[in-house]
Parts: sequence; structure tokens; C-alpha cells
Amino acid sequence: MPSLPKHSLPKDSLRQAETVEEWKQHFAVALRKSTDDITVFRGELSVQIELDQLITVLTRLKDETGGAFTQLSDITAVDYPERTPRFDLIYHLLSVTLNQRIRLVVPIAEDAVAPSVTALFGCADWAEREIWDMFGIFFNDHGDLRRLLTDYGFEGHPLRKDFPLTGTVEVRYDDSERRVVYEPVQLTQEYRDFDYESPWEGAQTSMRQIDPSMITREPSSDEEQND
Amino acid sequence: MDDLSLLPNKPIPPGKDQDAILGAVADEIANRGFVVAQADKLFNWARSGSLWPMTFGLACCAVEMIHSAASRYDTDRYGMLFRPSPRQSDVMIVAGTLTNKMAPALRKVYDQMAEPRWVLSMGSCANGGGYYHYSYAVVRGCDRIVPVDVYVPGCPPTAEALIYGLLQLQKKIKRTATIAR
Repeated sequence: MPSLPKHSLPKDSLRQAETVEEWKQHFAVALRKSTDDITVFRGELSVQIELDQLITVLTRLKDETGGAFTQLSDITAVDYPERTPRFDLIYHLLSVTLNQRIRLVVPIAEDAVAPSVTALFGCADWAEREIWDMFGIFFNDHGDLRRLLTDYGFEGHPLRKDFPLTGTVEVRYDDSERRVVYEPVQLTQEYRDFDYESPWEGAQTSMRQIDPSMITREPSSDEEQND
Repeated sequence: MDDLSLLPNKPIPPGKDQDAILGAVADEIANRGFVVAQADKLFNWARSGSLWPMTFGLACCAVEMIHSAASRYDTDRYGMLFRPSPRQSDVMIVAGTLTNKMAPALRKVYDQMAEPRWVLSMGSCANGGGYYHYSYAVVRGCDRIVPVDVYVPGCPPTAEALIYGLLQLQKKIKRTATIAR
């Protein structure tokens, strides 16, 4: 990392900023980015950065803005299966002194390894474990990168779009073995979505594109097999 | 009246009839020092009158379960005290979403309860997975893990519904033969 002058952006100039556009100009300077890389949505700043810049940018936000962004509110990720790189890592930072939030968006490929930011923000520990658990994004130098939420011995990463909704195993108490056993999922009825006009699903499930046989209740070949 | 077990199996309202029976019981004790009753009815009366639930709150249903125990509904009126230990409990109220990760722990706590023991499944999630029926992480009904006596529907069921379920469980206990013949 090249040595940077300390406090290259005085806290006062950040405090004096009044409009979000002024903020944008200030952060473009502070983060050595062009203003095109910073987007403003509903008064909040989003900065698109590369993976190898992540530690540098976070360090600058924490140390060089006069100690402004000392809180890492959350780290999360988004899966875009059709896109390369596949994931976005998203870091939400909060400055209490400046009353301002900033969001870092870091595209990352499926086979790439992200640097852990636990050395900068201790709270990143569980957040990164959760992302490893849910998305399968690996973090280097984390020290304790176990699964956080899912079952012991769980396989797969549930928030990836290609993970089946119902998973692969289900549990049952076995009287003869006298313990809870895992078995492949067996559903008596498949999951059905009746919300044809959901605004979240968009055009994929609009009424026009639904097969008419699904709406008139004629038993399909699948249902006959179930009976 | 020599045999109290011949009494009708329903509550007798206060009045002349009740006074006559209570007087007869008092005479029995005064004259002979004991009363005669059916042992299994006595056991069932004792068991259903002091159901101590095991606290097993897993989700929002637990809040309604807490309401049922708090001052407004007060299950203590029925002799129901929440116990923090399975060793001291008679009934486990599975209140909320049972996840795969929690399932072995639920079974372990159930196994630690002393016989006789009962299970009340509270809410859609515990009854059959409910909202999370198709989830990768949720057990599709706590009856896959423990035998359930009473199912209380609702999402979450109200405190009244839970108390109604507990009263149903009392009825179930009262009509169970406790002595094997």
C-alpha cells in the first residue's frame, strides 16, 4: 500500500458539506475515485470499487476522514448467477459524527478469495462467517471462518440462487436408532406459487406467460402420478 | 355414602348437593380416618391439576405463551407453573419454528423429562412447518421429532387458544387409564 498523507481530507470540510452532491465530490477526492464511480440513491452514497482496493478504501474511510466512518454496520452479498463476476460484496459503513452512510459495492468472482477486514473492524468476524455460510465466498486471513447459521455438517450455500429452496436433507427421530436422523427430502406436495402478479417476480410469472392448463384446474400428468 | 368413586364424573355446583357430599367426606374422615376413591382417577386429578410446562419458546409463539402465563390470563390458576428444567416438567410446549439444528436439542430435552410427560405443539410452524414448510432448514412439524398430544392452530395462536389447548390436554389426561390391567 503506498504511503498516504494522514488526514488528507479534513473533518471540517466533510462537516461543512451540506448536499449529497457535495459529499460525492468530497469522497471522490478522499477515495481517489472519479465521481462516475459514486452513485447517489435516496441521499445515500454507493461506491463501486475493485476487490484489491477494498482494504485501502476501508482504511481511508476509517482513518483518513478524521475518524469518521468507524462503524461497519453490515456486510452482505448479492448473487447474480448469469453475470461474471457472479457476486457483489456490499459493505455498509456509518459515520455517527457526520450523520452519513456510505456503501461499498465490490464485485467478486465465484472462485475469488476476498480479504478479511476483521483486522480493521472486529464486527466483521460474524458478518464474514455468515457470508461464507450463505454464499460460499471465502475470506482470507479470517482466522475462524466456520459456518454461522446453518446446521452442523450442512452442505451447500443457501442464498445462492442455484440452491434448491427445500434443500437436500430433512430430519426425523428414529425410534430404533434412538436419535435424530437425516434423510433425503421427500415432499408430499411440491412447492406451488400462486402469486402470478407479484411485482417482485416481474414478467416471468405474469398471467400472460402462464400455461393456461395451469390456471384451469385440469389434473396434470404429475398430479396423476402422485395420486 | 360409602364409595366416593360412585360419584358422577362432573363438577357439582356449590349448593345443597355439594354440601351433602363434602359433609359425607368429612364424616368418613372423622369416623374412619380415610376416604375411598378410585386410584387412577385420583392420579389423573393430581396430574392434570398441576401441569408444569417446560419452557421451550422458539419464536414469536413464545410471546403468546408468556402472555398466557402473565397476570392477564395467568395459567397459575390451573396450577401450571413454567419450569426452566425438563426434570421438573410434565408438559413441553413447543412454541415456534423448530429448525433442523434445534431438533436434536428438542429431543434431548424431551428425553430428559420424567414420565408421565406430554407435548403440546403450539402454532403453525410446530404443527407442520407452517410458513417455512418448504424451507431447507425447518422441520416439517415437531411430531417428526417428539410424540405430540395436542396441536394448537394459529400463527401465532392467542394466549386464550393456548389455554384452551392446555385445558384440552387436561381432559385428555383425565380420560386416560393410568393403571395397566
